[in-house]
Amino acid sequence: MNTSFSWIKDYVPELNVTAQEYMDAMTLSGTKCEGYKAFDANLDKIIVGKINKIEKHPDADKLVVCQVQIDEEGTEVQIVTGAPNVKEQDKVPVVLDGGRVDGTHAEGAKEGGIKIKKGKLRGVESFGMMCSIEELGSDTNMYPDASSDGIYILSDNPEFKDALIGSDAIELLGLHDVSFEYEVTSNRVDCFAMTGIAREVAATFDLELKLPEVKETGNDEDVNDYISVEVKDQDLCPRYTARVVKDIKIAPSPQWMQRRLASVGIRPINNLVDITNFVMEEYGQPMHAYDLDTIADRKIVVKRAENGEKFVTLDGIEHDLDDSMLMICDGEKSIGIAGIMGGENSMITDNVKTMLFEAATFDGTNIRRTGKKLGMRTDAQAKFEKGLDPNNAIEAMNRACQLIEELGAGTVVGGVSDFYPVKKEGIDVEFNADKINALLGTDIPEEQQIKYLEKLDLVVKDGKVHVPTFRQDLLRLCDIAEEVARFYGYDKIPMTLPKGAATAGGLSENMILEQIAADTCVSYGFCEAMTFSFESPKVYDKLMLKSDDPMRESIRISNPLGEDYSVMRRSAVGGMLTSLATNINRRNKDVRLFELANVYIPHALPLTERPEERMQLTMGMYGEGDFYTLKGVTDEVIKALGLKGKCVYNNDCTLDYLHPGRKANVYYKDEFVAYVGEVHPMVLKNFEIDERVYIAMVDITAVQKLLETEDTIRYEGIPKFPASTRDISMVMNKTITAGEVEQIIIKNGGKNLVNVELFDVFESEKVLGAGFKSLAYNLKFMASDRTLTDEEVNASMDKILKGIEQIGVTLRK
Amino acid sequence: MNNLDNIIKGAIESIKNSKDVNSLNDIKVKYLGKKGELTSVLKSMKDLPAEERPKVGQLVNEARKQIQITLDEKKQSFENAMMEAKLESETIDVTLPGKALKQGHLHPNTSTLREVENIFIGMGYKVVGGPEVEYDYYNFEALNIPADHPAKDEQDTFYITKDILLRTQTSSVQVHEMEKGKLPIRMISPGRVFRSDEVDATHSPTFHQIEGLVIDKGITFADLKGTLQEFAKRLFGEETKVKFRPHHFQFTEPSAEMDVSCFKCKGKGCRFCKGEGWIEILGCGVVHPHVLEMSGIDPDVYTGFAFGVGLERISLFKYEIDDMRLLYENDTRFLKQF
Repeated sequence: MNTSFSWIKDYVPELNVTAQEYMDAMTLSGTKCEGYKAFDANLDKIIVGKINKIEKHPDADKLVVCQVQIDEEGTEVQIVTGAPNVKEQDKVPVVLDGGRVDGTHAEGAKEGGIKIKKGKLRGVESFGMMCSIEELGSDTNMYPDASSDGIYILSDNPEFKDALIGSDAIELLGLHDVSFEYEVTSNRVDCFAMTGIAREVAATFDLELKLPEVKETGNDEDVNDYISVEVKDQDLCPRYTARVVKDIKIAPSPQWMQRRLASVGIRPINNLVDITNFVMEEYGQPMHAYDLDTIADRKIVVKRAENGEKFVTLDGIEHDLDDSMLMICDGEKSIGIAGIMGGENSMITDNVKTMLFEAATFDGTNIRRTGKKLGMRTDAQAKFEKGLDPNNAIEAMNRACQLIEELGAGTVVGGVSDFYPVKKEGIDVEFNADKINALLGTDIPEEQQIKYLEKLDLVVKDGKVHVPTFRQDLLRLCDIAEEVARFYGYDKIPMTLPKGAATAGGLSENMILEQIAADTCVSYGFCEAMTFSFESPKVYDKLMLKSDDPMRESIRISNPLGEDYSVMRRSAVGGMLTSLATNINRRNKDVRLFELANVYIPHALPLTERPEERMQLTMGMYGEGDFYTLKGVTDEVIKALGLKGKCVYNNDCTLDYLHPGRKANVYYKDEFVAYVGEVHPMVLKNFEIDERVYIAMVDITAVQKLLETEDTIRYEGIPKFPASTRDISMVMNKTITAGEVEQIIIKNGGKNLVNVELFDVFESEKVLGAGFKSLAYNLKFMASDRTLTDEEVNASMDKILKGIEQIGVTLRK
Repeated sequence: MNNLDNIIKGAIESIKNSKDVNSLNDIKVKYLGKKGELTSVLKSMKDLPAEERPKVGQLVNEARKQIQITLDEKKQSFENAMMEAKLESETIDVTLPGKALKQGHLHPNTSTLREVENIFIGMGYKVVGGPEVEYDYYNFEALNIPADHPAKDEQDTFYITKDILLRTQTSSVQVHEMEKGKLPIRMISPGRVFRSDEVDATHSPTFHQIEGLVIDKGITFADLKGTLQEFAKRLFGEETKVKFRPHHFQFTEPSAEMDVSCFKCKGKGCRFCKGEGWIEILGCGVVHPHVLEMSGIDPDVYTGFAFGVGLERISLFKYEIDDMRLLYENDTRFLKQF
């Protein structure tokens, strides 16, 4: 929504503040002003001048030398111009020596404007410049009478013809004005109109509001002799008013109206269009005009469209309609899409003689849906969507007819055809000054509160506020409290802290786990990444998931931003690989990333209930480190999260995107908690990654569940007796895993075996033979109540050796 | 006794002239050793009359002491010199890089979030989560945004089905929290929200909000102002000023937007605040009585306030990040700065 200072001052004539003061005050009282533009910011020393004499430039074919009169006394200055359209006796805007213009004719506005100084053009002195409309910061759209290829000839406009020579041309052109832009919230339908904003202005600055006086209009005839109105679908059209104007004379509208429209960025067209636009801005009520001679049976019927009906709007575009859309029809055919756009078949042309004026109220939701379905977005639609006040329709209609008469645009036929079966009445809302103060935490006297409300045309009586229909947003005491607060001033409301009993604050349990996971990752050199929750289904193919992989069963967004953001991820691996690829492309070395994010697992597809959201930690790395690095970090993360026992790594991991020989599921007490692996080289290729990448995922939700049964930490005494250690080096088939060997060692080691640590892995065809490897362990034996004897330790070692021999492992000699 | 003086003189002279610790040892042997000169003087004492012996013995001992002290001093000076030479030779370039494993870095959003969480935890707020894939009811209807309300359009919602959507605001958690029926409530709820905005320097279809909700007897708009001022001062510094402007949200009435004085220019006006001196930071208001009613709370007994902060908005301002896309690219050259 835009308004100009000049237009607002039509309704609040006493308003006398600077643009900045206005903007600040309006914003603080709730009409958020986002900015303003002063049209004359860069205009200075520009007057009405008269060209008395034009001579050829002695040395330049394209230039002429003008003697320009700059006051009524007859003072002349010499100005050289290249403009082709000037002639003697023309009155033109002249910027004098030392003045300033907004821009150039060819290129438009320049930041800060352009200073004009006297100088010589091809040797001839020039003491100023005659201006085009572009140099004055506007254009021929807003000043249709200005020349598009040269100087603005003011005297060609009958309204400017008699302007005094030497008078302020900026004033004449209505450019001493400021345009304000507002962000009006959706609840304030009334503020999408000049009069609505003006009411806020009057209340904000405590000044008188003078709304236009709408007089009776129309001749002795009766509109009902011209037209009949029938509304068949009342649910979508609570009010329909129509009046008729005959003997139409299309002409440009007067300057004052053109200037008002231009000041809010609306292009003046002709008197009829301008009046419609003017009233739409002034009252917030869109109107439409039909050529009455095109209306069959002189009858308006408002009803839903037929399914499959086709209709051409006045912009020449054909639309497919359905029976949810409301149409304006005549006795035979559709002539307009209600509230959105009229039809080509009934549009006003320059030859119009009699027209039907429509000011109606339509169901906002229906209009919005229709507009969406048809892909249309008109100014009228934008207003109707908000749900307009039906009582405003007739006021706008009468105002428009008054302007028709004032501008001499036609003869208004007497009477109104008004379909309005259920009159909308204002409502009474509870008013209780004490309750309002209690809610706000203020102490505003009742009389003061009432005063604020009355400035808004709200009447307070007997503990009630009467709310007129134009304020559809005021329904309860809290709404009234906001009105009081706005004009008392939000800034004057004190600042206190809640007084109730103290409460214990803190993170939820899962958030604590997330923090621990993040901090542990950070301590191992991982940086935290964030990626989107939705991704492309193509990621499944890039990850080489089988066609029946349950990971493909993901939730689809019905209106995604595009295929790339269309499914809710079931794993953060796609995002992680993409992020790693970004880093590789940018030649970042040794990158380690982690992300803590939900994955979304549907219980059924299509969704019938909310999916499960599982919090997962995904780690990814390339560069320094290998599988075992990431495995080590994974171990530490799981431990940090509170699972202090031993994790079992099993190569039963079936994830297709991992290297078949380098992947493991991680189990804790037989429950899956994590996986670690090297990414499959084919997958890396799909992500355009040319380094080895390792990925691990820790399922925080699974860990959290396991923590419920996990013992709390209990202190164990620090050993008092020395430990005995034994090293054991074994040769075995390569297929035997360290995990299997360790399991046997632990099983056979007895209770005194307290630590098993691998210290060497060795492979050599020459030394061990093909297919064999050697593992070497350091075993530590200890008892808490005594120093172990050699015999005891040897007995344990014998058992261990027997155990490992059974799976074909031999001692290395 | 001249002989003794000569011995001392000779010894001290040769100590003085000695070049290293080894030559000191030789001197020690020569004068103090078993066959050394002093020893031979002692040995020769047996030839002296008995009454002179103690005196001579005393003199020899003093001579021994004197030579020994001189030797020790010289030795100490040699050792000091050697230590100095050794330390000198061991000088390293302390500007070479350290060898510890480099720590990683939290995402700027997380750093900011932790600051915010700590502020509210200190004021007795619980931090709770809520579902990201949400029912329409929690995201809209229970927040006083009924079906077909234009406010629904404003939010550019991603839908999964007619009734299930990606939450557009963490305000949905307000409803979950109120439904638990435990009063009073003091909570914040950070989390991801989703809106159908194309990715550009200032928009992202995924971003984060932090919702706040307080419900108790006698909560006022003044309490809202005081609480959020406290929050702003702790987050942006004690000198921070706040400004509340009227606004509209369906689920609060009265509603407001809060600006904070620009923490870069202290309100003078700079490129971060677009010359205004103020930065819009959050939306807030008194909980609408209808919202309380829908969640089974009697608005005649309880009142409350709510607020919603854009996490990215704070991160971007705080760290002077000029392009939101950087937050989701995960370039480590960016992430390592926080």
